[in-house]
Amino acid sequence: MTRNIDLARLAEHHRVMVRIRAFEETAKQGLDEKLVLGAIHLSIGQEAVATGVCLNLNRDDILLSTHRGHGHTIAKGADSTAMMRELFGREGGNCGGKGGSMHIADFGVGMLGANGVVSANIVIAVGAAHAIKLRRENRVVCCMFGDGAINRGPFLEGLNWAGVFNLPVLFVCEDNGFAATTRTRTMTSGDGPLARAKALGIPGVTVDGNDVLAVEEATRSLLDDVRSGKGARFLHAVTYRLTGHTAVDPAAYRQKQEVDEKWQSDPIARVEALLGDAHSAGITKAREDALREMQNALNVARDTPYPDVSQAFADVQDIGDPRKEAF
Amino acid sequence: MGTLTYIEAGRRALAEEMRRDANVWAVGEDLGRGGVFGQYRGLVDEFGADRISDAPISEACIMGAAVGAAMMGTRPVVEMRFSDFALCAIDELVNQAAKARFMFGGQTRVPLVAREPIGMWRSSAAQHSQSLEAWYAHIPGLVVACPATPADNLGMLKAAIRCDDPVVYMEHKNLWPLEGEVPDGEHLVNFGEARIVREGRDVTIVTWSAQVHNCAAAAEALEKDGIAAEVIDLRTLWPWDKDAVLKSVGNTGRLLVVQEAVSVAGFGAEIAATVAERAYKSLKAPVKRLGAPRAPISYAPPLEQAVTVRQDAVVEAAKKLMTF
Repeated sequence: MTRNIDLARLAEHHRVMVRIRAFEETAKQGLDEKLVLGAIHLSIGQEAVATGVCLNLNRDDILLSTHRGHGHTIAKGADSTAMMRELFGREGGNCGGKGGSMHIADFGVGMLGANGVVSANIVIAVGAAHAIKLRRENRVVCCMFGDGAINRGPFLEGLNWAGVFNLPVLFVCEDNGFAATTRTRTMTSGDGPLARAKALGIPGVTVDGNDVLAVEEATRSLLDDVRSGKGARFLHAVTYRLTGHTAVDPAAYRQKQEVDEKWQSDPIARVEALLGDAHSAGITKAREDALREMQNALNVARDTPYPDVSQAFADVQDIGDPRKEAF
Repeated sequence: MGTLTYIEAGRRALAEEMRRDANVWAVGEDLGRGGVFGQYRGLVDEFGADRISDAPISEACIMGAAVGAAMMGTRPVVEMRFSDFALCAIDELVNQAAKARFMFGGQTRVPLVAREPIGMWRSSAAQHSQSLEAWYAHIPGLVVACPATPADNLGMLKAAIRCDDPVVYMEHKNLWPLEGEVPDGEHLVNFGEARIVREGRDVTIVTWSAQVHNCAAAAEALEKDGIAAEVIDLRTLWPWDKDAVLKSVGNTGRLLVVQEAVSVAGFGAEIAATVAERAYKSLKAPVKRLGAPRAPISYAPPLEQAVTVRQDAVVEAAKKLMTF
């Protein structure tokens, strides 16, 4: 089947996808140097979902993400240097160094936060959409979650809520096949994400989540419905996590052969194949620019001080400020 | 001054705030029909079903949706029906609402009010009778309010709705019909300011919620025996008015803490520890706590009564403190 491909648009996706890849590889470098702390969850191999969806959101549209949210956040327009500072726990990070990777958020670009609790953002997302409807605003909410999230209550409760109140939400199930380190299908009864969404009255489609054009086409169609007031829609994007659950997880629970095969459908390689030899200079430049940007972010983050310790007590609450409490 | 019941005072508070601010809305189960106790009766007629919003039986989603809606600039009042049911929404309240402002570095606030009626009421048994206020006082980010009178239910609910922090607002189910005087005009109560229910020089009784009335009656009985008890209604457990308690204990030298909740690991322990740390020199007697035993609450009235702190127990404990 021949596809009518907009090469300029594809190159745009490519630029963001390689920025996401470079950000995460650089963050892993920071982790190896013990400068990035805690757990970080990489989305290497899932970049086509991030850009295929988020490049179709407006700046004032709202995005909520998962604990594996770097890619979504970059694709929504957040500054990579502020993100790297956040991963380093430094001043000037998106959250002042107080959230880290799992709580990355940039309200300035409508990114209302990654969440450390699986599926927790689904109910928060429908609330954001509820507020949009109450205030008669003209924007939509996009809620990202993994396939592991479909087995928690907030998935059922949030989708039901979105359906009952006819809310402007695009639910995106980024299905990488694993719930932490367990194959999700071994822990899931029935036919999975899309069947459940449909059972709750939320129409949707399943796409190859490593095919950025397929993700984009489906997203556009679903967002058209959401924006025109038809209610919530569901995108089930099937992808694969090429690295472990966390950046230090060797993922020994899966065969090397399986992972090697999955690398053959690396979404970035697929975009580059589509762009073709005629665009090789552009491809090279995009990769070099991305590496330079992220290496610079790493250097800036490394040279940025930690927040002042007074920040440990700031922004807890107004009433009953903890600074008034002696140890 | 006019007279209102506790439930009417709450209703007036919400209506006044909804008139004042179009971003205030209420969401929960059965609100369109007035709420399980009638706290919302008639409000849908004035404000419509979008702002007095019926929700699916889905506490996690009610609370989670309120978090999202609050981060988007509205001010949701969340009805949980019974504080016991709010346990289904603990992640949303404790991990999300209480933490969002902090972990996102001050980029957002979550100005929601979670109404969680507490306490024993008409043989409601183990899953509809708990007083879990101490749990929330333990969580950084939350405000915990336990109004005891109609005037406070008016002034504190209004203050809760205006507060930019998430507020766990715990009305006592047994107080709904309680009548009391309320100010006519605008009335707001500052959180963290205790109310001296009754002044006294001999023993300080610190309490909150429905036990305020029990302790006031006990103080009256003690007066007949020549013991002047000072009764302090904390009104909010976070923040709580340490200054008022320490000042009173400084005068009386004796502290009795009374709570309907389970005594073990309860908020009374926080008060007792604070007094032990900061006012031990003025103590003439050991600090005493009264609360429920660590048992679920029964259905049968005599069994329910057996875990209730009653007036005679308060009187007896106060008298015992006077023997030191």
